[in-house]
Amino acid sequence: MNTENLFKIALVALSRNKVRALLTMLGIIIGVASVITMLAIGEGSKRSIRKQISEMGSNMIMIHPYSERGEGGARISMSNLETLKNRDYFDIRDKAEYVSAVSPNVSSSGQFIYQNQNYPSSINGVSPEYLTIRQLKIQSGSMFTQDDVETNNKVCIIGKTIVDNLFTKGEDPIGKVIRFNTIPFEVVGVLESKGYNTMGMDQDDIVLAPYTAVQKRILAINYLQGIYCSAVSEEATPDAVESITTILAENHGISNPDNYDFEIRSQEELSSMLTTTSDLMTILLACVAGISLVVGGIGIMNIMYVSVTERTREIGLRMSVGARGKDVLMQFLIEAILISVIGGIIGIFVGVGATFTVNWVASWPVFIQSWSVLLSFGVCSITGIFFGWYPAKKAAKLDPIEAIRYE
Amino acid sequence: MNPKVEEMNNNPVIIDISDIRRDFIVGAETVHALRGVTFSIKEGEFVTIMGKSGSGKSTLLNILGCLDTPTGGSYLLDGISVQKMNKDQRARIRNTKIGFVFQNYNLLANTTAVENVELPLMYNSGISSSLRRQKAVDALERVELGDRLSHKSNQMSGGQMQRVAIARALVNDPAVILADEATGNLDTRTSFSILKLLQQLNQEGRTIIFVTHNEDIARYSTRNIVLKDGRIIEDTYNQHILSAAEAYEKLPKEEV
Repeated sequence: MNTENLFKIALVALSRNKVRALLTMLGIIIGVASVITMLAIGEGSKRSIRKQISEMGSNMIMIHPYSERGEGGARISMSNLETLKNRDYFDIRDKAEYVSAVSPNVSSSGQFIYQNQNYPSSINGVSPEYLTIRQLKIQSGSMFTQDDVETNNKVCIIGKTIVDNLFTKGEDPIGKVIRFNTIPFEVVGVLESKGYNTMGMDQDDIVLAPYTAVQKRILAINYLQGIYCSAVSEEATPDAVESITTILAENHGISNPDNYDFEIRSQEELSSMLTTTSDLMTILLACVAGISLVVGGIGIMNIMYVSVTERTREIGLRMSVGARGKDVLMQFLIEAILISVIGGIIGIFVGVGATFTVNWVASWPVFIQSWSVLLSFGVCSITGIFFGWYPAKKAAKLDPIEAIRYE
Repeated sequence: MNPKVEEMNNNPVIIDISDIRRDFIVGAETVHALRGVTFSIKEGEFVTIMGKSGSGKSTLLNILGCLDTPTGGSYLLDGISVQKMNKDQRARIRNTKIGFVFQNYNLLANTTAVENVELPLMYNSGISSSLRRQKAVDALERVELGDRLSHKSNQMSGGQMQRVAIARALVNDPAVILADEATGNLDTRTSFSILKLLQQLNQEGRTIIFVTHNEDIARYSTRNIVLKDGRIIEDTYNQHILSAAEAYEKLPKEEV
């Protein structure tokens, strides 16, 4: 008995019962399709989160002052801690390894005023490299320069939300002077709009000015509220963090990590924190889908059992004309595998179709990974073998004498 | 003695069984279905095996057809000793040496005549698909169903289905055709047409064993073996073989 004949026999047997074969396949089709769709939705949302985080500034490292809860109950805002100095910024800029851009950060909230319009927001004192770190782009005008920083120049660049709230439609803000509370700042540039981020924050509600101007002319302080850096690559982030830690620990004269008066966080941490949630959801969805695949497999086993009983006479006849037990076993096994594999192939198409439908109708982000297609296809083939084996074994063990006279 | 019988005396022995016993254990009892059966059948014989139910004829047929193995005794089929063969070896012997014809035809449902006839050859990997198709078509033409190749089993009459079954039994060119009550489900006229076909095949040299409880059929065979309680009580050569073709002609014609 060659395999080609066995396939032919199994195909003919299946085609004699098309509706039943199709209904049996349905379980596998739904199982495979849901595995593919669920994994695509999970992966899509994960990628979407990652993308948004990297839009906030890829490889970003944030340094903030930090204080253990001190003695007594009163604590002050972290931004009022005075542990980070301009010197720390200079040293990181000049000495830190794996760091491609550094910017200090000082900010102050207040009212922006232009003619008869005013709008509450906050002003961020930064260096020109801040644009690289946060991946911001200038739409019109230009970023302030290092010269502006050194001369504490009162210039600023503003986001779209600020433009919309302070200027009348069509008015060019470049060259205009707006006031932050009472202090005038000349608008030198407007940022490209970035919209809302994952956390629902308006990324266009932003005003950037030289940090020296904010430090000296607004806040009258000589410390920094934070330092933002960019690592050269995502993989280099831990090395960059280590290098920065060494510099700050040396500058602050602290050798015990428990006593550090600063805190370093990387975007990578945030990213992995958010994607962990998404991963968990993906796993849960895939489990539910996997269960439906198993249920589909049980459906195959059920139908194959019925089929073996119903076709007892046929099996008896095949045996009496010379089919060996293993020929009958292979025939039923191939039938089960054909059901699951054909169902699997249909399921892949349905799954891919459903994925794009979800993307189109609900505009959920989706991403189909080739391994998820291979995985579900492999699982359904194994399901066919696994659940087809037992009924096929039963068929192979039939006694031809009894089977041929079975009513 | 019938000249045909004499002429066959020189033919090779196809089936040689000696002291065949078959016991079944039913609960605590042992049932002796066959209690020592001995005979040999030569090529070209048309043997009817008769007996009432419980006489052991079905058990004997199963053993002759290599579906079952005897508890004792020896069985040579076409010179091959089969009583010690395992299941797979017996399947192979059935595939090449035996053609079965059953009372209820046992055709595959919803399958064309030619596919049904091809079935035994499907289990013989030495035969290509084109040769398989050719042999099946030849066999169907031999049973006068050359024009019904693509008819499905449920589109045929009982007589046609039994002809397909006979073609299926012929397709592997077997050493012996075993018919089990092959006319049992058919009306008289159709029965005679099948009997006529079997007689023709026998005259062409086919060895046929026909198991039946219908005593009339023995009049058309060359030899008759009667079983009772697991033993042979009669083994006679037919001196006056009737022609099924003549009997068929004499039957009142049906309006078709």
